[in-house]
Parts: sequence; structure tokens; C-alpha cells
Amino acid sequence: MTKSQLIDAVTAAIPQLSRRDVEVAVNSVFQCITEGLARDERIEVRGFGSFVNRRREAHEGRNPRTGDLIRVPRRLNPFFTAGKDLRDRINGNSSVVSDSEGEAA
Amino acid sequence: MTKADIVERVYEKVGFSKKESAEIVEAVFDNMKEILERGEKIKISGFGNFIVRDKKPRVGRNPQTGEEIEICARRVLTFRPSQVLKNIING
Repeated sequence: MTKSQLIDAVTAAIPQLSRRDVEVAVNSVFQCITEGLARDERIEVRGFGSFVNRRREAHEGRNPRTGDLIRVPRRLNPFFTAGKDLRDRINGNSSVVSDSEGEAA
Repeated sequence: MTKADIVERVYEKVGFSKKESAEIVEAVFDNMKEILERGEKIKISGFGNFIVRDKKPRVGRNPQTGEEIEICARRVLTFRPSQVLKNIING
């Protein structure tokens, strides 16, 4: 499923809103998460999961072909961990697990 | 950052009421959960892909006791960030 199909599905679920409005809203959801990650914040969505950056420190590497020394700068890698509720549902376990158990860190 | 901050953002951006904004954010994540539950993947361009993968059963070990245990076949959700997202974060 693509983002535009997701927008269709959400529009169908909330009939009083126009597709155009839902589109702007869906875009701002992902925009918001993106900006949070860019500020290196942790984003936690109850019942869904959390986004957090994992970091790879700066280190020196070598070009395998020439053997030249290269500085590899610090890099942040966005990482998503599914919450318990979502994990269980995907795995086909009971879909009525409460959200209150929180998300895995 | 939590869902409340995302709701706030949608509220500022779209001009729905707070209640509608909360409803719509809820609907976005609920729909995503339903799709993933069916085993479908979700592709959000410029953000990343959520992919459900089937894992085969395998033999693992309890690292504490060294005891062998069967790890059951299961489905897991992985997120593959898009290059665009990674570039923004490392911008």
C-alpha cells in the first residue's frame, strides 16, 4: 500500500473530511516525525511504536580498492520499534492486548 | 515527542478542530496497523517502507544457561527508512 492509498483509507474512515484535507494531515504526520528525528528526538506513538535514531560514531575506514584512509563521519540511522500491541497483532496473537504495557524501548 | 505533539502539528497545519485533528491522527495509525496486520507493506514515499516479514523457525540458545530452544516461526515488522529521510536526518 502506498501513501495515497493510505490517504484513501483514512478518508473513507472519516467521511466528513475531504480527501484533500486528509492528504495534508497525513503529510504533516510524517513531516512531523521526520523533523523530530532530524532534531534527534525520540518519537513515541502509543499502540503503534517508536522511532529513534541509532548512531554510528565517526571512525576511520579504508577504501577497500585503494587502501586509502577515509574519515567516516558520525551518522544517525532512524530506527523503528513496533509497540507490543502492533507486534502481537502482526504475529496473529490476540488483538486485544492493552496499550498500557507501553512500547519496547 | 508523542502522539499529542503530532496532533498539535496537524491542528496547526490544517485548521481542523483539536478533536478532529486527534481523530484523524488516530485514524492514520489505526489504518496502518490494520494494513500491517494483514501482512501488507506500506510505502510512504520520502519517509520509508514498513514491511512485514515472515521468519522461519530456528534453534536459538538461552544466552544465560546455554540451553537450546526452538524459536517459533513468526512475523515481524521492519522499517526501512528512505534515502530521503536518512539525508534529512544527517543533513
